[in-house]
Amino acid sequence: MTTTSTLSSMSSLASLSDVMPEPTVRSRGAHHLTTLPSMPEPLLVPQQRRVIGKLSRHDLLMMGGAGLSAISTTMLLFGRLTPLSGTFGFVAVAFVLYIVIYAVIASVTESRPTVVDKVMNVLLTSSAVVALFALATVIIFTIARGWQALKQANFYTDDLSSTGPLDPLEQGGISHAIVGTLIITFLSLVFTVPLAVVCAVFLNESKSRAAQLVRTVVTAMTALPSILAGLFVFVVWILVLEFQRSGLAASIAVSIMMLPIIIRSADVVLRLVPGNLREASSALGAPRWRTVWHVVLPTARSGIMTSVILGVARGVGETAPVLLTAGYAAAMNVDALKNPMVNLPLAAFELVRSPQPTQIARGFGAAATLMLLVLVLFSLARILGGRQAGHLSKRQAKRRLVQSCRDLDRMERRITVRGGAAT
Amino acid sequence: MTATQMTATQMTATTVLPQSQRDVAPPSARTLYQRGGRGDRFFDALTGTSGLLVLSIMGAVGVFLAVQATPALRKTGFSFLTTSEWQPDRGQFGIAAVLLGTVLIAAVAVAVALPISMGTALFITEVAPRWLRSTLVALIDLMAAVPSVVYGLWGLFLLQGNIIGISRWLNRWFGWLPFFSVEGADPTSPLSSASVYTASTFVAGIVVAMMVMPIQCVVMREVFSQVPPGEREGAYALGSTRWGMIRVVALPFGRGGIIGGAMLGLGRALGETIAVLLIISPRFDLSIHVLEAGGNSVSALIAGRYNESNGFGLSALMAAGLALFAVTLVVNFTASWFIARSRSGASSDA
Repeated sequence: MTTTSTLSSMSSLASLSDVMPEPTVRSRGAHHLTTLPSMPEPLLVPQQRRVIGKLSRHDLLMMGGAGLSAISTTMLLFGRLTPLSGTFGFVAVAFVLYIVIYAVIASVTESRPTVVDKVMNVLLTSSAVVALFALATVIIFTIARGWQALKQANFYTDDLSSTGPLDPLEQGGISHAIVGTLIITFLSLVFTVPLAVVCAVFLNESKSRAAQLVRTVVTAMTALPSILAGLFVFVVWILVLEFQRSGLAASIAVSIMMLPIIIRSADVVLRLVPGNLREASSALGAPRWRTVWHVVLPTARSGIMTSVILGVARGVGETAPVLLTAGYAAAMNVDALKNPMVNLPLAAFELVRSPQPTQIARGFGAAATLMLLVLVLFSLARILGGRQAGHLSKRQAKRRLVQSCRDLDRMERRITVRGGAAT
Repeated sequence: MTATQMTATQMTATTVLPQSQRDVAPPSARTLYQRGGRGDRFFDALTGTSGLLVLSIMGAVGVFLAVQATPALRKTGFSFLTTSEWQPDRGQFGIAAVLLGTVLIAAVAVAVALPISMGTALFITEVAPRWLRSTLVALIDLMAAVPSVVYGLWGLFLLQGNIIGISRWLNRWFGWLPFFSVEGADPTSPLSSASVYTASTFVAGIVVAMMVMPIQCVVMREVFSQVPPGEREGAYALGSTRWGMIRVVALPFGRGGIIGGAMLGLGRALGETIAVLLIISPRFDLSIHVLEAGGNSVSALIAGRYNESNGFGLSALMAAGLALFAVTLVVNFTASWFIARSRSGASSDA
């Protein structure tokens, strides 16, 4: 048995069978075999801790060498040997060559599982790089194309009512779309948030069959394509009830789309509230509504905020329902009850369909503004939702302490008053 | 119900007293009851009402769609599923072409997004250094929050021009596969027009993949991060490499989440409207040539036609929407079934 040497060089699974010491088998009856491992001999070579994550100098050299040779080979292929061209083709060929060369170099010194591991590492890393690269191009491209419009101050203060497609970017802006976005989003928040939070509480507090049914239906409605929410409101509100196309109609459509999203994520957040907090509250004799109001909701507040903000981020960017229900307007409209109202995504959508470069720049400007808005909302959600249920920020902890002191004071005073009354 | 259960458990837990004390009456179990005060009754009524309200709103949408769609469905009957034209005024309409187009766009989207989302999820949970992880998670979440119209603009103005090379290459070398063939294209000639490759299902699918990718990635990352540390370290302790650990422990553990996440992304891809409407040039024929110019989807059809339709045309659009909703519903429920059924899914929720 070469137990000692294999243990000290644990590098591959292949030698696993050697690691197991020879078992001593004692037979006790037909089906009872007890395996007693023999004591391993004391190790002669000190064991080294295996490093899984870090790159060694050897690895870096291999990667660098493979990269250099892949790029040079591709340049040779593209410039001299074959009539290949195109940036994308260059990157693709270089990438494939890199992987092949890297695998070949690695296989000189390493065992097969290690080579596979190294190649897979490269593939996993590059998939993340592709994803981030795509995101970066989306952000940079949108801002770059809209920059001509974005740098004008009037872009944020004017509307397009007196600006034609041929007018320069010094005239006109998207203030009407910004205001429209804010109004539609605000109205749909007013419609959804109270209902969604109370409904999520219902899903968590009630164990009845009705709650199960509501949960199933809400889950089903998260699958509703947003265009159908728009179509529903278009037919019911505008064709059947004969109201005008308006910001209100759009916010109803957006609410129908946002409601199941917020309910589901709030439901998940409420479920994360530690059970011992609820039980402690019940044990102190609080009725259920007090438990919910004073314990469950404050504990889950940051999570509920996060789910609301993420729901809003979805709602702000919705184009299709607004297209059907609010129409397109070029002029400022602050009355949500009548006349078309436009929001930023719809403005971007309509503006880029024009063949005029200035209109396209305005469209990209609107898209960039929208993206900025979503980014702000999103960062807000990260800041608010960064803490787990029950973990407080410094200021919150201080406030909680002050509240607690006041409670103690109040209780003591009450005891003295009662004690005074008794004696 | 609870009270009787309580009694039963307390009875079995009762201490058996020695013989001499048997004559003393056994301690009777405390009856537990739950009766809310006025506040609790109000609370129950309020939450119950909200549940009912949500149920009725959601039910109203579903029932209304179904009721409105009935005239159109009654007129065409079964041929609604097999006709590919869309001319409701002449009574000739069906969703064969648009539904096929929707499915093709979604298929391209998932095929492009799945490897990237899986690789990214594994990179975040297994490969990336700790300091990078939270940044990456935030960036992927941000990607999910970018509005679809922004992706649509990106696809129309940036991607479309750069993707034609790939379309041409795929057509040239894999044109013998039925879905990569393009009518009227000559891939061998470098001077041939690029317009046969623009506004295609392929381009729209890649744009939709950008929206699908983060959704899939979030679900998969969630699942991979729940791999029991014991099994993970067990694999390492047996001398496994990192990829060995991923292959033997993480992937089998997360299988339900991978399938579920992929399908959740598919559900989103099926319903996407505005990016598809921006890119694709609508056509109504049964074609599986994804690289060819033109295509369609149910949601793009609704967004394009709702305004010019009369009552019956709207009913037809409702029927198409209903069919789309049925498909996304099936996909989403199958996804949650896969996730809930997997080992990792008991606590996760997606």
